[in-house]
Amino acid sequence: MASAGTKRLALIVAAAAVLGAGIYLVLSAFNENLVFFYSPLQVERGEAPQGRTFRMGGMVEEGSVKRLEDGVTVSFKITDTGASIPTQYKGVLPDLFKEGKGVVAQGKLDANGVFVAKEVLAKHDENYMPPEAEAAVKQAHKEMAAKKLSGGEKK
Amino acid sequence: MIGELGHYALILALVLTVFQGVLPMAGASRGERSWMAAGRTLAVLNALLLTGSFAALAWSFYVSDFSMLNVARNSNSLLPWYYKVAASWGSHEGSILFWALTLSWWGGMVAVLGRRLPEDTMARVLSVMGLVLFGIVAFMVMTSNPFLRIFPPAAEGSDLNPLLQDPGMVFHPPLLYMGYVGFSVPFAFSIAALIGGKLDVAWARWMRPWTTGAWVLLTLGISLGSYWSYYELGWGGWWFWDPVENSSFMPWLTGTALMHSLAVTEKRGCFKIWTVLLAIITFSLSLLGTFLVRSGILTSVHAFATDPERGVFILAFLIIVIGLSFLLFAWRAPTVGLGGNFSMVSRESMLLVNNVLLIVAMSAVLLGTMYPLFLDALGAGKISVGPPYFDSVFGPIMLPMLFLIGIAPFARWKEADPAQLARRLAVVFALSVVLAIPVPLLMGRWSHWVFIGIIMALWITFTALENIRERGRNMKGSAAARLASHPRAFYGMHIAHIGIAVFVVGVALVKGYEAERDVRMYPGDTVTVADYTFRFDGVKDERGPNYMSSMGEFMLSKGGRELGILNPEKRSYYSTRSMPMTESAIRHSITGDVYVSLGEPTKDNGWIVRVYSKPFVTWIWWGTLLMALGGVLAMLDRRYRSGSSRRAAAKGEE
Repeated sequence: MASAGTKRLALIVAAAAVLGAGIYLVLSAFNENLVFFYSPLQVERGEAPQGRTFRMGGMVEEGSVKRLEDGVTVSFKITDTGASIPTQYKGVLPDLFKEGKGVVAQGKLDANGVFVAKEVLAKHDENYMPPEAEAAVKQAHKEMAAKKLSGGEKK
Repeated sequence: MIGELGHYALILALVLTVFQGVLPMAGASRGERSWMAAGRTLAVLNALLLTGSFAALAWSFYVSDFSMLNVARNSNSLLPWYYKVAASWGSHEGSILFWALTLSWWGGMVAVLGRRLPEDTMARVLSVMGLVLFGIVAFMVMTSNPFLRIFPPAAEGSDLNPLLQDPGMVFHPPLLYMGYVGFSVPFAFSIAALIGGKLDVAWARWMRPWTTGAWVLLTLGISLGSYWSYYELGWGGWWFWDPVENSSFMPWLTGTALMHSLAVTEKRGCFKIWTVLLAIITFSLSLLGTFLVRSGILTSVHAFATDPERGVFILAFLIIVIGLSFLLFAWRAPTVGLGGNFSMVSRESMLLVNNVLLIVAMSAVLLGTMYPLFLDALGAGKISVGPPYFDSVFGPIMLPMLFLIGIAPFARWKEADPAQLARRLAVVFALSVVLAIPVPLLMGRWSHWVFIGIIMALWITFTALENIRERGRNMKGSAAARLASHPRAFYGMHIAHIGIAVFVVGVALVKGYEAERDVRMYPGDTVTVADYTFRFDGVKDERGPNYMSSMGEFMLSKGGRELGILNPEKRSYYSTRSMPMTESAIRHSITGDVYVSLGEPTKDNGWIVRVYSKPFVTWIWWGTLLMALGGVLAMLDRRYRSGSSRRAAAKGEE
């Protein structure tokens, strides 16, 4: 018969092992499934990963929305006013998807540099701009302004 | 005028909550009986004042008093009356008032129903609830007054967000809030026990039905929200792991843990410190949820208006309440005592594992919800954590728990014999495995996860039935008499557990076999998904009370037999013309739903259409209903009523 002390020790070790396994599981799943956000400007510069899912946000470029032959795939461009990235999405778009309005999409880049979205995130309020999209546009504006300034100095 | 009365009641409540927060507690520590007794009067008074205040707001919505800013912004004279009333909790201000209202109701209920509580416990409980209530009412008066007037009055209101114009809006928020806020009761009991230093069996017994009650309401609120998003958002999803959903799910997980640890505290007198800690964590998570949803940190269907000043106030409130509670806990918990011993295989140890798993699950959700927010707040980049993370984490964590649900009711308190348990349950387990094999085969495609899910569902159901049978075996009388003699709490437990089994069936089958197609259709076209054929018969225009609708007509058939017509809609509301709304059409049945929603028209008279087959999806909500029903039965158990608590207190144990 094991003493109370060894029993307790065994219990603690077992609990710690289970907890450790749980934490390992959680953290590794977490690492695998993190989705990063890139602005169109960053994607154009090649900062976005190939073959990994990420999010991109900005505005739907005016006049860019087209339905392809199959009737179900939509192609459009997401722009942050600095760069615009051709995007494709197959399926029903959310109700508030519109040219000139903010959008966030999640998907992967294909070999031709087209962003193939698996998901176009819906918004719930017509006046609402996704914060990621807004930040991307602001950042692009800032960089454009900085570029102009430095370009001016060279002259 | 009515609005001013409501505002006045609110301010009066602000003053009286100070008294409710301070007087009874001071009375309890100084032994002043009249001060302690005042707590009950004050709690009832505050409940009445806030009821009056909320009634004033609801009335202003009902009569469309557009001189009130809140009404003008969130309602419209064309709304049906029930949505007008529901709009009163649709806005930020209204929802906080509703939060305070439910808190005052819980306080009032404790004051009225808890007459047998020792007077110092009652005094401390009501004080703690009064202090929390004071914080919320102060928040409202200072930053979110729902009774502001505008001059000149608006001619017409700008409408309730069309997404919220749904029966779900009438029931989901009240149920959810009552559940959320209901955890303030075990929280207050725990704080009172820490201050008073009295944590005995009677304390646990008083706390149990309240905890279960809050849990039942939260369960119903969450599952109603899930069902609502299933049919309303047009994507057929029943759970998105959206941060707002998560923030209601986290207190549910710890609340579930709390119910189980309370069982141990009541029956065996152990887990006391753990129970107290869980009660504090659960209510803290409720507050955190309110903060996340209402501060505007999260942008989702639940957070429309955002205002940083409010966020700061709620954050400060959160830090004060949670910080003080944990401080008190650290200071007083060592005085509580540990309670009885138990062996490595016993019902206690199994419930402990259940608690650990629930806490791990909650932490996983917390990590996935908060980490992106932290990174963003630190300016370290924008990331998101999606459903794949939660899905891959949840299965493995829940699996051992589902297995244990089957065993724990058979295990004895204090020490169980593992060999005997194994002998008794091996046949049941084998039966579950064998009967689970045909299910994925019949569904047409083998899937390990579905197989395991069905095994667990059968295992839980069979062990519950076996447990009921076994309990009656040594009793005399007819089978019916024996069944009737078991306590309600016993049935409550098993019904809730079977609810989990039903839920698991729904989740496993819908995850394993749902099918979806997006197609372009012209009138006369057909599309087939999972044996169901939809024939598109065109779209016609319909007129609703405050919207125009393009209503599609689909003839649904299976194997050549016509099942009926489905009418999905695309609505455009007059007041927010630029915001179209998709109303899906669903045909429910016990073996699964078929679901169709209209996308958008194409230039050549066609429509983009999305069709789904969702096998056994409704089992998800039937399961949650059974869980809630089990909770209600457990609450109604005889031992919580009529003096038995007092006897238990005298006896010191069950």
